[in-house]
Amino acid sequence: MTTTDTVSAAAPPADPPPQPQVLTTRDGTPLKVSLARALRREKMRALLLIAPLLLFIVLTFAAPIADMLFRSVENGIVANTLPKTVEALADWDETSGEAPGEPVFAALHADLLIAAEEKTHTRLGSRLNYESSGMSSLFRKTGRRADRMDDALPYKAQFIDIDDDWGDVATWQVLKRFSPELTSGYFLNAVDMQMTTDGVELKPENERIYLFLFARTLFLSLTIMACCLLLGYPIAYLLAALPARTSNLLMILVLLPFWTSLLVRTSAWKVLLQQQGVINDFLVWTGLVSDAGRLVMINNQTGTIIAMTHILLPFMILPLYSVMKTISPSYVRAAKSLGATDWTAFWRVYFPQTVPGIGAGSILVFILSIGYYITPELVGGTSGIFISNRIAYHISSSLNWGLAAALGVLLLAAVLLLFYVYDKIVGIDNVKLG
Amino acid sequence: MTFKTLLLASAATAMMTTGANAIDLTIVSWGGAYSNSQNEAYHKPYMAENPDVTIINDESSNEAVAKLRAMNEAGNVTWDLVDVLASDAIRLCDEGLAMEIDHDEMLAPAPDGTPASKDFGDLIVSDCYIPQIVYSTTFGYRTDVEAWNGKEPDDICDVFDLEAFPGKRALEKRPINNMEWALLCDGVAKEDVYDMLETEEGVNRALAKLGTIKDQTVWWSAGAETPQLLADGEVVMGSTYNGRLFSLIEEQDQPVKMLWDAQVFDLDGWIVPAGLPKERLDAVMKYLRFATDTQRLADQAKYISYGPARDSSAPLVGKHAELGIEMAPHMPTDPANAKNTFLFNYEWWADYRDDLDAKFQAWLAS
Amino acid sequence: MSALPSYASTGQRAWYYGFRAICGMIFFFLIFPILIIVPLSFNAENFFTFTPEMLALDPAGYSLKHYEDFFTNPDWQQALRNSFAIAPVATLLATVLGTLAAIGLSQSHVPWRSAIMAVLISPMIVPLIISAAGMYFFYSRIGLQGTYLGVVLAHAALGTPFVIITVTATLVGFDRSLVRAAASLGANPVTTFFKVQMPLIVPGVVSGALFAFITSFDEVVVVLFLGSAGQKTLPWQMFTGLREQISPTILAVASLMVAISIALLTVLELLRRRSERLRGLTPS
Repeated sequence: MTTTDTVSAAAPPADPPPQPQVLTTRDGTPLKVSLARALRREKMRALLLIAPLLLFIVLTFAAPIADMLFRSVENGIVANTLPKTVEALADWDETSGEAPGEPVFAALHADLLIAAEEKTHTRLGSRLNYESSGMSSLFRKTGRRADRMDDALPYKAQFIDIDDDWGDVATWQVLKRFSPELTSGYFLNAVDMQMTTDGVELKPENERIYLFLFARTLFLSLTIMACCLLLGYPIAYLLAALPARTSNLLMILVLLPFWTSLLVRTSAWKVLLQQQGVINDFLVWTGLVSDAGRLVMINNQTGTIIAMTHILLPFMILPLYSVMKTISPSYVRAAKSLGATDWTAFWRVYFPQTVPGIGAGSILVFILSIGYYITPELVGGTSGIFISNRIAYHISSSLNWGLAAALGVLLLAAVLLLFYVYDKIVGIDNVKLG
Repeated sequence: MTFKTLLLASAATAMMTTGANAIDLTIVSWGGAYSNSQNEAYHKPYMAENPDVTIINDESSNEAVAKLRAMNEAGNVTWDLVDVLASDAIRLCDEGLAMEIDHDEMLAPAPDGTPASKDFGDLIVSDCYIPQIVYSTTFGYRTDVEAWNGKEPDDICDVFDLEAFPGKRALEKRPINNMEWALLCDGVAKEDVYDMLETEEGVNRALAKLGTIKDQTVWWSAGAETPQLLADGEVVMGSTYNGRLFSLIEEQDQPVKMLWDAQVFDLDGWIVPAGLPKERLDAVMKYLRFATDTQRLADQAKYISYGPARDSSAPLVGKHAELGIEMAPHMPTDPANAKNTFLFNYEWWADYRDDLDAKFQAWLAS
Repeated sequence: MSALPSYASTGQRAWYYGFRAICGMIFFFLIFPILIIVPLSFNAENFFTFTPEMLALDPAGYSLKHYEDFFTNPDWQQALRNSFAIAPVATLLATVLGTLAAIGLSQSHVPWRSAIMAVLISPMIVPLIISAAGMYFFYSRIGLQGTYLGVVLAHAALGTPFVIITVTATLVGFDRSLVRAAASLGANPVTTFFKVQMPLIVPGVVSGALFAFITSFDEVVVVLFLGSAGQKTLPWQMFTGLREQISPTILAVASLMVAISIALLTVLELLRRRSERLRGLTPS
């Protein structure tokens, strides 16, 4: 912003300097210095204005995202709960095919005594159970009996006596593999892979779900994007071509859905699409379908696609419209006067000019749609759900927060990549609302 | 400045809404008819006896496990008593989020002096758990399906019989119960079901059996969905909690009947969050001793058709508070209904839940 | 496209009307689902479809009972109160911080401008489920999970990008010579701000505030994770209602919310016109 100081600095033409070789302001400071000072002051003021919000966003928003990144690799629980065992296990060769020897079991006993006292052993069991089924009860059972063990007898035999799994190499391999403070285990899980002694490999086929869900999320988002483009393009074209008065009126039909609550629109579709709903009733009434043959349009992919296309359509129309509005009609007229048919004029002259709008709208719709949770949850059934629904499941039902965080990070990476593309095409500054 | 005053103002409002009175008890439960039964049978009489106590109902049992974990991480537990299912109680106990209970010392004995641990018996499935009721997950079916030619299902395997009983089914969107039922109907003996499910073959068999009705199944995630689907005629049979079906049949008069065969018993009860300060803990324990005694548990059955968890409460179950019908025949534990029941293995599910859930969801999605 | 010339061929004529018919259908698709819930919310029965009485326009088929339920049911009333306790505070916070930052960002020399912009806009770009997950994990650590303050801060963070964008947009068209003119006439920067700049950016601030308000008022994912039963808002109540017991009361609530959206839309349109008039453009 301009201050009186810089005004006088910017005024020299009216007030010629006394010394022609060095420009100075009225008080004798060289102009260069004065300008630099003014610039620095301006920068400081801008930063001061921005600082409160920046701090606020960093604390309330960026820190949580960073925390999520951390949770997706954090794995201190094993080393914290069983510190001595982890140390003793360092010498054990996991490929030896034999369970570790007495010192490791003695360390485990010492660790478990403390852990059982603090009730952290069952927590560790739940954590390791994500990697290998049965760990949960193994730790619960063993923790209960740890203080009743006979110190005079070998621990190994006593542990195996409690549960055969302690004599199983696989148990120890899992324990050793997940003893480091940081793990890639959650990320591997998030892409249907697992760590084995032979290295990283895909999970058995009947346990693979995340890659499939990621693929479906992409597929459904692309379909929704295509539907939005198909429906949005003619509307934007019409709005841009009509006289301002009419197009402003019609614009309300686009803006009203845009401003209406997501849940209102989702409930509307739930009401319309169900088997005893308005659309089916209408179809039965017209005789297009029989009463027994009512269409199943909800709790499947069809439901998700229809509802989300409706919800995201304004996000396609608005950027398209703002691009089309700037295209001068004279180009098409010129093409036609040179003998082009309507189609050629549109396809060769008009359409190429709308490509930036198509790019902007499509990426916007795509970004919004791959992160959707509410609508798929309510109308998606089992075949129309997204990866977000699985993230929510792991946060609130299975409590596998590490996996939820890893899935979230992958999704976030995809969105940021897309957004980078969006920024290259449109620029963040050009985001317009309403 | 504005920011600061704003923060202060919002903090003040937040404090006003949470309140900090020493004798406020925040009790978390499921809401709806179930909370109502607790309110009538436990909360109201307790507050009448102890006018200094105010009970605040929080209907968050659905997300209790996740929220308790979040509160525990923050070291700021605002709940005093939480109503959860047995499997969640085991999980909370494992995670160190629930307090261990000495049942005999902390709870009232039966009227004849039997200690509480004996009176509850096997239902104490976790050291942290105080069971209240036994409910079951079972099937309801419509009685007016023409395609069934007057037949009615009376066997769990009729659920898998699309020839004799065509129509849509509603099943819960999770492996628990469904896998067991599928194996039972695939010829596995009741006592072998869990051993079988531990194997790859068992899982595949169960999923294959479920696969025979997959395209005729609506998958539900909230207990209220099945009654709604049955009432709307969108499904002809479906699994849900027996209390939901009771209210559909007796209170809403819908043409629906219960299929009690191979009902799976489950428990609902209390846990006390770990780490409560002394004075709050004392207030909670005083309430708990009252609310889990023989008479109170029997009283609850007046309002909802779930069986009391104490042996000594069973003979005291009376009539429904509004409908005036005898409640005993509607209890899942009634001998006529419990001819063939399936025992749910909590420990087993605690171990295999994550693994089977991944397999089940993968199967469901494919 | 504007009008069909008299020399148009039959094909052109067919296309002209065909195209308009297609557009009409798409407009119908956009608006029909929103309007259909309004008559359905007056259903006298507990159904989600038109009863024969309703189609016959029989007054007995219509009733206000779902509205009555909304206004008397303590769950819905609590949700309504919570919504109005959270949204305005979040809006205020977002608007004040967002406006200051937008003024800062619109200065001609801002170091690391695009990096700062990217951080400030990020709450709008990151999918809600991820924001919700991250906030849930982080707010759990610092004890804000399940508190009123936690939800307000989260909603304010989600609302700020809208304020920045709308205010920046009004500042882009701002003629800097007006400030210089004010200064040359002897006004100090503070006076200049309040007398010259402020009136011009007010429409942007207000529409940004409306966006922030609607963001908080409609938001369900974050509050679902971050809130506890004490912060149950209207959208949350609608969400559980839709997932569990579908009661027609939801349609009554939805109709009321449509009315709110129409009101908001009107205010915005008026603001847009005012802003253009002030800046000497003819309203289009």
